[in-house]
Amino acid sequence: MPEVLMWIGGGLVIAGTLLSLLGAGGVLRFPDVYTRIHAASLTDTGGATLVLLGLGLVSGLSLDTVKLFFCWAFIMLTTPAAANALANAAYGAGHKPRIGTFQIMPADKDIPRDDGPPESGAPEDGSADE
Amino acid sequence: MLLAAGAAGLVVAMTLMIVRAIIGPSHYDRILAVNSFGTKTVLLIAVIGYLFGRPDFLDIAIVYALINFVTTIALMKALRYQSLARPLAARKEASDA
Repeated sequence: MPEVLMWIGGGLVIAGTLLSLLGAGGVLRFPDVYTRIHAASLTDTGGATLVLLGLGLVSGLSLDTVKLFFCWAFIMLTTPAAANALANAAYGAGHKPRIGTFQIMPADKDIPRDDGPPESGAPEDGSADE
Repeated sequence: MLLAAGAAGLVVAMTLMIVRAIIGPSHYDRILAVNSFGTKTVLLIAVIGYLFGRPDFLDIAIVYALINFVTTIALMKALRYQSLARPLAARKEASDA
């Protein structure tokens, strides 16, 4: 039975590694900051889950299982928060999402930038209040 | 050997992230690449710990996961406010005065 668990755990580790490789390829090939954040965040959480679950199956039940659970919990808490904050910061700095068909990627300095930090409320809702 | 293959694949993914961090057109691409590189480093440390038969490396992996998040947030704050010591609420007061 431990042999079977070891093979299943190794397969899960390989699956998580392949997911991380797919995410790295997406970060290299996607055209926009937001799509890159999307690819990196999703594949990081999924790949971390698969790899740490595979390592837990390989190691068996011990104190290391608790350490693996805490490592997984920290990654699952911090990676979406970092991706959210990064997308918010990029939007506040004036990066526009690239919509529609695109053949030419403009230089980053040509993108117009706002001056201050973004307001917390949605600016579009101001006219609807009257 | 499955764990060795997993470690090798993680190293390849980290190399691709380094490429994005070097050629990234904006600062946010570079911060994203460094953040994802750190997450893959956590996974690599955990896999290498089991590969070498020393699962105590998981403590280092946990500490690196926490440092990675704090590093990302600190980089974004330093990029927006050009300083790490300035509080977040002081910018509006300074602009009002």
